[in-house]
Amino acid sequence: MATTTLPTGPIEPTVSASASRFGGLRRIVSAIREAHGVPKFMLWTGAVISALFVITALFAPLIAPYSFDTYKAHGHNFPKQGSPDGDHWFGTTVQSLDVLSRTIYGARTALEVMVLAVIFSLILGVLLGLLAGYFGGWLDRILVLVMDALFAFPYLLLAIVAGFVFSGISGGGVVTAALSITVVYIPQYFRVVRASALSAREATFVEAARAMGAKPSVVIRKYLFGNVIQSVPVITTMNAADAIGTLAGLGFLGLGIQPTEAAEWGYDLDRAIDDVNAGMWWTCLYPGLAMVIAILGFTLLGEGLNDVLNPTMRRRRIRKVLLPAHTARRTVTAPAQPDVPEGEAVK
Amino acid sequence: MSNTSKQSGSLRRYILTRIALAVPMVLILLILVFVMMRVAPGDPISASQGGKLNAAELAARRKAAGFDAPLYQQFWDYLKSVVTLNFGTTFSDRRSVRDIIIENGGATLTLTAGALVFATVIGIPVGLLAGRYRDRPVDVVARLASTVSYAAPVFVTAPLLMLAFGSTSGQASPLIQLNVPTQTHILILDAALDGDWDAVGDIAQHLLLPSIALGLLIVGVFIRMIRINLIQSLQGDYIEAARARGVRERHVVARHGFRNALVPVVTVLGLQVAMLLGGAVLTEKIFNWPGIGRQLIDYINQRDYVAVQGIVTVFALVVVVISLLIDFVNALIDPRVRY
Repeated sequence: MATTTLPTGPIEPTVSASASRFGGLRRIVSAIREAHGVPKFMLWTGAVISALFVITALFAPLIAPYSFDTYKAHGHNFPKQGSPDGDHWFGTTVQSLDVLSRTIYGARTALEVMVLAVIFSLILGVLLGLLAGYFGGWLDRILVLVMDALFAFPYLLLAIVAGFVFSGISGGGVVTAALSITVVYIPQYFRVVRASALSAREATFVEAARAMGAKPSVVIRKYLFGNVIQSVPVITTMNAADAIGTLAGLGFLGLGIQPTEAAEWGYDLDRAIDDVNAGMWWTCLYPGLAMVIAILGFTLLGEGLNDVLNPTMRRRRIRKVLLPAHTARRTVTAPAQPDVPEGEAVK
Repeated sequence: MSNTSKQSGSLRRYILTRIALAVPMVLILLILVFVMMRVAPGDPISASQGGKLNAAELAARRKAAGFDAPLYQQFWDYLKSVVTLNFGTTFSDRRSVRDIIIENGGATLTLTAGALVFATVIGIPVGLLAGRYRDRPVDVVARLASTVSYAAPVFVTAPLLMLAFGSTSGQASPLIQLNVPTQTHILILDAALDGDWDAVGDIAQHLLLPSIALGLLIVGVFIRMIRINLIQSLQGDYIEAARARGVRERHVVARHGFRNALVPVVTVLGLQVAMLLGGAVLTEKIFNWPGIGRQLIDYINQRDYVAVQGIVTVFALVVVVISLLIDFVNALIDPRVRY
């Protein structure tokens, strides 16, 4: 469920489809409608940036002037390390590739890996979390131990090791990169989902369902899932942001996607380090900027969602109460007649 | 008197329990590392020597290194190597992993320390300001800055920093040849112990940009955490009580708010160490910093399994030990943790 790829009103469609099961989602939507102030600003800025990122990624072939591996057009080769000009707005790389096109195609790669990684870790993390939280016992204990160990591990290092292992098995493709990133995020979903499954398990309505003879699979699907899923959108958006950075980190270290398969920001930045030492700015600035903006978009979206959905962070709109002026009453001669009726709330 | 002895007793009990709980954690981590390394295709010998040796020689080398032994035997050997802090010898250049840690660990330590200093010096004041003036311009700017710093990976900020300050910071110039006796394997400390202050200055200059680049990675988390802590501690009843007693607002915020907001920083610091270790790998590659992280990348590219397994094991142990230390410090500061 890649809610993050639907930037405008991310979750609404699901609600209208099956409102009864997704009661939790309806609560999310109403909370988003109530947002105001800084959280609202963050939420919508994030949504707009994320939308732009997704559009760029989807329509990369239409937007980019060349393909990501084009090094010549109209019969002659592109300049090598050419500075930005009319033909190549963002300049060209040491391999005579157009930086603008590679930056745009990089968004496409990032989106592919991001969506795959989020879906993989969502499915595995939510499933394991529900099972561990609902059944408890030795399964729960072992899973918690393993997940805690994974969680304690430096996440980039974990992705590096996973990338090292997976790239040996299946080569450096989009799925391999997504799998390496998935390993990092499963524990996060697992923890959150397990915790809310644990507390929901003890709730009266679940007890009632069990008393009426509902099977565990029914209880998990119908009663736990809806409660647990509320905590997921924030983690999902945050992970989406993280995934872009982690993918680029892997690419930067040469463990990500093979450069022949797709344009990838991390790989481009790795190649750009030598250019930087030679004083060239365009090969590192544009992919770097694109990546920061994309990560920023999803982070803002996630933070805005968190501020809006998390009750401890939520601030209700406070209306200022204007009391009648004191001076009007003190005059004895005139009959007391406040200009504003008492108790009226003015925004 | 009896009260204090009871307290120290509970602290000791807490520490012992915590250490006992860390043992299965370490074991699970070791199993994870071991399994991951075995899931990778082929064995270390054919991976690193495949093209160079013929089949018979490969088999002999494999036998000599113990890779034909059953898995439980291999795991037992691995456990033994961890307990004896030996971690094995690399295949590609026959270095002992322990030597790598000793010789290159100092550089990583220096870099992470520099990053922590930067993050603390910038993060704490900015976080306090943002929390104190919540929703005012300072807060909005600080939050935006922290989000941007969080969103910008090291390998984006580092090249930009190099472009902006590379020529003035002396980053581009090579390190002057050092002729200081090795005592601690921490270059800057060795130079200082030798009294070679030119070398100390030169190293510090080279340390500046990498530390900032790595520090920027965590400064955003610092700002955010301290801001939220301050906001929550300013909502406490004792703040209300202090105000009711007529304590001046400045003192309320400084003495009652700030102090309590800073206690959780210890925990944050500990959590960030894991992040710093990951970031250090990238930073060391960018700036050619001779730390463990760069060694790890070199060995990964050579597909040297023993070296990767050893270094990753050390990283995992470091993280566990640091999280233990953080818990101890927390127990010391906050009596509630112990019970």
